[in-house]
Amino acid sequence: MTRDAALSHDALAEQFPAAEFGESYGQRIVRVPRKDLVAFVAAARDIGFRMFIDVCGVDYLRRSPRFEVVIELLSLEPPSRLRILVGVPGDDPSLPSITGVFAGADFYERETYDMFGIVFEGHPDLTRILLPDDWEGHPLRKDAPVGAVPVQFKGSNQAT
Amino acid sequence: MSRPSAPPNILTAVLGKAVGWARTRSMWPASFGLACCAIEMMATGAAHNDLARFGMEVFRASPRQADLMIVAGRVSQKMAPVLRQVYDQMAEPKWVISMGACASTGGMFNNYALVQGVDQVVPVDVYVPGCPPGPQGLIHGILTLQNRISAGEYAVR
Amino acid sequence: MSNPPDIVTGETETYPQMGESEALPEPPEKPTPSRRRTLHDMWVSGTEAPVDTGRFTDEGAQEMLAEEEPDVLAGQRGTLVVDDYDEAAVSDEETQIVNMGPQHPATHGVLRLQLELEGETIRRVKPIIGYLHTGMERTGEALTFMQGPTNVTRMDYLSPFHNELCFSLAVERLLDLEVPPRARAIRILMTELNRVASHLLWAATTGLDIGALSMMIYGWREREACLAFFEKTTGLRMNHNYIRPGGVAADLPDGWEDDLVAIEETVLEGLADYEGLLMENPIFLERTQGVGVLTPEECYAYGVTGVLARASGIDFDIRKTFPYSGIEQYEFDVPTAEHGDVYDRFVLRFEEVRQSLGIVRQAAESMPLGDYRSEDRKVTPPPRARIDQSMEALIHHFKIFTEGFKVPEGEVYQAVESPRGELGMYIVSNGGAKPWRIHVRGPSFAHVQALPAMLTDSLIADTIAALASADPVMGDVDR
Repeated sequence: MTRDAALSHDALAEQFPAAEFGESYGQRIVRVPRKDLVAFVAAARDIGFRMFIDVCGVDYLRRSPRFEVVIELLSLEPPSRLRILVGVPGDDPSLPSITGVFAGADFYERETYDMFGIVFEGHPDLTRILLPDDWEGHPLRKDAPVGAVPVQFKGSNQAT
Repeated sequence: MSRPSAPPNILTAVLGKAVGWARTRSMWPASFGLACCAIEMMATGAAHNDLARFGMEVFRASPRQADLMIVAGRVSQKMAPVLRQVYDQMAEPKWVISMGACASTGGMFNNYALVQGVDQVVPVDVYVPGCPPGPQGLIHGILTLQNRISAGEYAVR
Repeated sequence: MSNPPDIVTGETETYPQMGESEALPEPPEKPTPSRRRTLHDMWVSGTEAPVDTGRFTDEGAQEMLAEEEPDVLAGQRGTLVVDDYDEAAVSDEETQIVNMGPQHPATHGVLRLQLELEGETIRRVKPIIGYLHTGMERTGEALTFMQGPTNVTRMDYLSPFHNELCFSLAVERLLDLEVPPRARAIRILMTELNRVASHLLWAATTGLDIGALSMMIYGWREREACLAFFEKTTGLRMNHNYIRPGGVAADLPDGWEDDLVAIEETVLEGLADYEGLLMENPIFLERTQGVGVLTPEECYAYGVTGVLARASGIDFDIRKTFPYSGIEQYEFDVPTAEHGDVYDRFVLRFEEVRQSLGIVRQAAESMPLGDYRSEDRKVTPPPRARIDQSMEALIHHFKIFTEGFKVPEGEVYQAVESPRGELGMYIVSNGGAKPWRIHVRGPSFAHVQALPAMLTDSLIADTIAALASADPVMGDVDR
């Protein structure tokens, strides 16, 4: 399995002293505090990570901060990936939106809001995208039920 | 499932059989392909397993011109009202085939997002199991439905 | 707060610790910004709503509104990335909002498009998705890593092998597991053959949408040859659950070399037919050239990858850039084009079918002998016959199929080149037998988002051609 070639991150590390660079199974990751997020993503785009790939959320439940928003970027010359991890606390699940930097983050942030309840400030149209409008709850949170019905007989009280 | 409308006599029995035969020989499906089963439904309509030999290659886009709805795929909570609306727009007599495991019972996705069985939304005549059912399975389901209609079992809903 | 019973084992399990243990957090107090929820809160609790809620339609906040905020308008007009938007072309005539889908013969699944039309010209497009949302990411958290491929294979249902491959590669990365060379070669063989089958289906349905009705019959005919091979090898025509962490589920069947030679002949003949049918037909040229254009800047901003990016001139193919599963040992070209329109995408996809058949031939000719799955008994179940003979084999089999094999803690992102673009999976493991989080980055999600950029200021008939050329699979979009 090839290791991803690295783009020089020194410029980013200098500009953002609070960002912690690291490695996860051969992939470059960086943990960024949420107040620096938009500036960091813009700076990353300027040094070469031009292709937007993904935004998703993870619920770690019993960790502080509870949520983590993961932003995946790609650079084509030289080919390299960068994963930005932002911790989002559970009692204040909001962070700034990066739609101003990458237009493609629009739907992805709506999906993260839909599934986790994380509010993206500055997003132009933060509404539910995958679930109906009047759905209550955020199903990918760990304390939300799977919603399984009893399998053996639909009317029974037994699960599975 | 079927209500006899009048005591059967020789005239209406023969006419009933003729009507049943005619109904089955050119059933037009409304295209309601949702997910993977839709691919197998299209494969059934294609050259190798030909649905046209049963008179069914015309998948009508408009439900008002269709009399069979093959629900092919998983029905999510957001899609359920649309499914019901399309079913209501079809004119009598109409039949529903629930194709695949997800349409019949929710399949392997026993969770918040899917309607656990499309019979919670529309009345179903034939359930075709499989994930996805191959074209042979779907054709078997269609032929089962056709035999029941010819025999006059599904006359009135 | 009690935990719901596990859908597989039926028992109530507590969630493993991920870090410091602390009390469960209180739910947030301020109202969520969904417009309907805020109105409900305002009505129920009497508090003031921070967001103007009087503007949504009767059907909900996800609909296209007749009047919108300027930055939302920019998104629906496809001008968020100001690369080729011509300000002077917009006029102030009367417009109407028309709904396409979700039940529609030409939207390639349950996609709903709301179009604001000025005559026949599209001024705004709003894709509304979610009609096939299956909660697969949530279901994936309840299934073990061995059961994972059954779940992910149904996401992008036109190329199930790619989903399984991506999942297996990600898990093997976490496990730091090497699969034997034969397994790697079989994986590439099946995924490239899947690419051929997927492109044939795409050509068939897109041809049908554009009006070449016989294309539909031809495309499916050649695809049946590939599906027959899949059924012979994996047992199923679609949604195979064949590529699993550790290798593949079964070895290639007898006579596979002859089958592949026959498939290559059939498909190449068919390709010659399609190109003769379409590529110089004046109606086809009119309908596809200059339609659905995406500029490279828009591709970067929206995350558009795959054939759409290569048609716009971006030379990016994961098989060349971040090779996986030993594909670097095969020789193949990655074609690119420069106009970024529907015609270029046709040319590229037909050429990709030829290149993929070349890879399949090379993989068949150089297929190494050996195991088709890893020998690591902690991951791959032992052969069934051994269970009678060896106690260890019995225990391994039992553990793998009931509890599942444990994967070390960590998170990884793995991408493969699916026929639609970059298919990525982000898997977080907490050291247990089930993934803590599995997120699938489907390429069609980004492509559907780029529809406003493709469609604005084009004719409504171009919607069908452009949408079809983007090859969206709604299972990938909604998961």
